[in-house]
Amino acid sequence: MENHTSHAPIAKLRTGIEGFDEITSGGLPRGGTTLVMGGAGCGKTVFALQSLVNSISRPKEAGLFVAFEESTAQIVANAATFGWDLTGSAKKRLHFLDARLSPEVVKAGDFDLAGMLMLLQMKAEESGAKLVVFDGIDVLLGLLDDPVAERREIYRIRDWLSQTGLTGIITQKVGGTQQDHRYNFLQFMVDCVVVLRHQVLDGAAFRNLRVMKYRGSGFSGDEFPIMLTTEGMKVTNRGAPELKYAVFDERVSSGLARLDSMLHGGYHRGCNVLISGAPGTAKSTLAGLFVAAACARGERSLYVSFDEGAAQIVRNLRSVDIRLAPHLKSGLLKMYSTRTRGPNIEDQFHALRDQVRATKPRCLVIDPLSALSTSVVHPAALDATRQFLDFLKVEGITVVSTSLMDGVSTDETSAIGISTIADTWIHVSYVVQDGERNRALTIVKSRGTRHSNQVRELTLSDAGVDLTDVFAAQGKVLMGVARWEWEQQERAGTKRTQVAAELKRLQLQLAQAEAEARLRVVQTEMEARSAEMALLVDATGSASKLVSTDRAVLRKMRHADADVDVDVGPQKTLRHVTTRSKNGSSKNAQRRSL
Amino acid sequence: MRSVEVSKPTKRRSKSTTRSLRLYVAGNAPNSLRAIANARSICEGQGGPIELEIVNVLEHPKRALADGIIVTPTLIKLSPLPIQRMVGDLSDRTQVLLTLGSK
Repeated sequence: MENHTSHAPIAKLRTGIEGFDEITSGGLPRGGTTLVMGGAGCGKTVFALQSLVNSISRPKEAGLFVAFEESTAQIVANAATFGWDLTGSAKKRLHFLDARLSPEVVKAGDFDLAGMLMLLQMKAEESGAKLVVFDGIDVLLGLLDDPVAERREIYRIRDWLSQTGLTGIITQKVGGTQQDHRYNFLQFMVDCVVVLRHQVLDGAAFRNLRVMKYRGSGFSGDEFPIMLTTEGMKVTNRGAPELKYAVFDERVSSGLARLDSMLHGGYHRGCNVLISGAPGTAKSTLAGLFVAAACARGERSLYVSFDEGAAQIVRNLRSVDIRLAPHLKSGLLKMYSTRTRGPNIEDQFHALRDQVRATKPRCLVIDPLSALSTSVVHPAALDATRQFLDFLKVEGITVVSTSLMDGVSTDETSAIGISTIADTWIHVSYVVQDGERNRALTIVKSRGTRHSNQVRELTLSDAGVDLTDVFAAQGKVLMGVARWEWEQQERAGTKRTQVAAELKRLQLQLAQAEAEARLRVVQTEMEARSAEMALLVDATGSASKLVSTDRAVLRKMRHADADVDVDVGPQKTLRHVTTRSKNGSSKNAQRRSL
Repeated sequence: MRSVEVSKPTKRRSKSTTRSLRLYVAGNAPNSLRAIANARSICEGQGGPIELEIVNVLEHPKRALADGIIVTPTLIKLSPLPIQRMVGDLSDRTQVLLTLGSK
């Protein structure tokens, strides 16, 4: 790594190992030495062989393979399992040197590899080989049985490689989990060190690859899961750092109208839907609904099930009126059932990818996804799951996966991050109440769609699947029979309220009518009074008129001629008296106030 | 360098009992030179005549390839049968003599 500052990027040799060329940005150091180390069965030979096969696939390239451990026949047979035919035209460009020392060979003193390197040089010049593999160098080094000699021979190989300009791959076994410190110097003298690791966790095998060192080049130093497929080794890197995929505004039905309305229109096309829940919470049923709806729309679908046969799923779904058989018959639906515990989780996903590529579905169900990811909690499992989901996303496939978990709150960690990849997360849980078990469905999250926050009861019957409102009462959510009872009570209560309201209304009407009647009586009374009043006024008026008239008539009758004084006098005195009495009273009042 | 040396040619035995060795070396590599010296010394110490052929891999790589030589120096006991191979500079004299069946 001391050459990190060098400006000219070093020349690289592509290995053709999917993912490896990406993490090393181009492959192995051309003209340099790469050490591939790892325990037995890690894929060291495969790594070297694949690099070699890829190298000679280019025209006019040739390669040398020096085998210290296996016979040429064994290696050719080994290569054939990966689909590399080394017997045909490749034979002319790929040269094997069987460098096994037979057990009968007696060691009588110090020896070296100078002779072999000479032979190789001759071979390389003859064939134009650019890449040479030393497979199982540890076997030979073990024979030397002298640390100094071992080191000397490794340096010899390295010097020889740099003199000849050949690119070298040296594979070396390291014992088990503990690295053999005797060969640590190897790591320091080569240009690139690739460590392969094979580990078994809870019975599941994981193969990993790590680039430990790469002189003069940037590399990703993480451990990456690898798989040995029929096409050779594949390193599953985390994919492109940038997430790029088409997004769709289109909605697809979940297959359940009520759920669609809870999601305000269904799932987004191309999104990941996670349905989590305890065993038996109808996760598969919801997945089945989705697939049935997809097929009904004429979309090609794939139903992947683990540990449960396709026929059994079809039968089970039929019991809730989800019919998959016609779609299977028409070929729209493909079902793929497999065992959870495969040879390797990566291999599982690889098989799934193959299925997806072959079927080209628009909708996919993985039932359950947790079978793959939670059985073994390992970063590789999570990575593999993530990458698979990413792959599906890039393909624009709408995925509904189920996941086994007991509760939402506790499982956000144990769902090993799957929930963070899920765009829509639906959780189905059991609510045990009043001696019965009911299913409650909630939408935990749904990216980019409005969604209901309400708990709904998921009911299954011969007639199908449905979601119903639940009743919250006294701080409890009521479901099942309790909900039914509550509904009945509610209905009766409503009736009672209605009747009571009607009664009240009538009573009020009566009161109103009474008031109105009273009002009419009063009004009539008033009318009568005013009539009386008018009559009274009229009567008084006519009476005084009558008096004056009568007087006039009387005067006329008496023939009075000078009765003006008589008429006026008493009136004046009368007025005067009134005034005086008024004054007196006011004086009295004044005095009293003083 | 390719030389066939026969020690004590005057007392040559019958064909069946002729001991024939071939030593592959890599030029003037120190352990190759040591091997040559050791081989000669061992041959001379033997009672009967021993045919010793010394082959330089650097000059005759094809021969080495045909004989499946991986490391140098390598000593092949061609006769009497069985054919035996020894690798190293032959400094382990006891081991060499044991393998040659002379002890």
